[in-house]
Amino acid sequence: MHEMGIVDGVLSTVRATVQHEGATRAVGVTLRIGDMTEVVRESLDFAWEVLREEDPQTAACELTVEEVHPHSVCRACGNEFDHDVRHLRCPACGSGDTRLVHGRDLDIVSVEIETPD
Amino acid sequence: MSERTVDISTPILSRNDRLAAELRDRFRGSHTFVINVLSSPGSGKTSTILATNERLRDGHGLRCAVIEGDIASDVDAVTMKEAGIPAVQINTGGLCHLEGNMIREAVDALDAGVGLDAIDVIFIENVGNLVCPVDFDLGENLSVMILSVPEGDDKPVKYPGIFQHAGAILLNKIDVAPAFDFDQKAYNGTLDDLNPQAPRFSVSATKGDGMDEWVTWLVDRIEAARS
Repeated sequence: MHEMGIVDGVLSTVRATVQHEGATRAVGVTLRIGDMTEVVRESLDFAWEVLREEDPQTAACELTVEEVHPHSVCRACGNEFDHDVRHLRCPACGSGDTRLVHGRDLDIVSVEIETPD
Repeated sequence: MSERTVDISTPILSRNDRLAAELRDRFRGSHTFVINVLSSPGSGKTSTILATNERLRDGHGLRCAVIEGDIASDVDAVTMKEAGIPAVQINTGGLCHLEGNMIREAVDALDAGVGLDAIDVIFIENVGNLVCPVDFDLGENLSVMILSVPEGDDKPVKYPGIFQHAGAILLNKIDVAPAFDFDQKAYNGTLDDLNPQAPRFSVSATKGDGMDEWVTWLVDRIEAARS
């Protein structure tokens, strides 16, 4: 259940954004989460529902998650390729000397805020 | 009221990442090589650390210390201290992994005790868990995954993240392999696709099988990091 810690980190950023921008509250946050992280979506959603309600600035904030599928580049032949979480070997030349470019992403993309007119 | 979107583009765990970067700088300054030891409970992390320490100390003159991460108790730290290894216990109180702030406190304690400059290698024995520790950088030089034979050859299929994350993979308790239906071919086949870069070692930490090969490779890594 490290999703609680992840949600706590997201909410800290959301609150800081609300304050920095002079907003009344946050209404949405978008995350980018790679398939190769160990985040369980159901646990994340559960933690979000529980923890966002602790602060009126975040209580109505909706969570959107963009899934990022694994993508690697082969150091041997330069091939760039998409793959699943279990196959990191280059499909073109068979080399195991590959570098994961995307798939471990764990980022806050943006926060939607409500501001007084 | 009006709504607008603010671009953030920041890692969610940026606070932990910053702490890990600070720790990495500190370890570099004291020439301390740090190993994050990962596995499920009972796979032999403690006995592997003890056996590795013995060889690093006696064969290579390297001074080791241990940071123990457990949900509760100081059983492992007591074991380490009885073996003459400086050890600091972290109790996570239910948290399923270690984070950078916990490591910073433990490193402060080691620094105040024996002094970081007098430690060549720190083993961080993470909480026994094949999922959560993967996402938290602790400033380590190397992550080592330990699987034990009784756990079965299908663990890399079920928990790909931690095996993909590892810089070296140890298969422990190889001495009891004849009693278990562990398919080495299937295990190696999965890891060939999942993490072709991490070297694999078959060991028995308690009997000593394969330990010299593992320690020889590790010493090369430690020396490379120092040069």
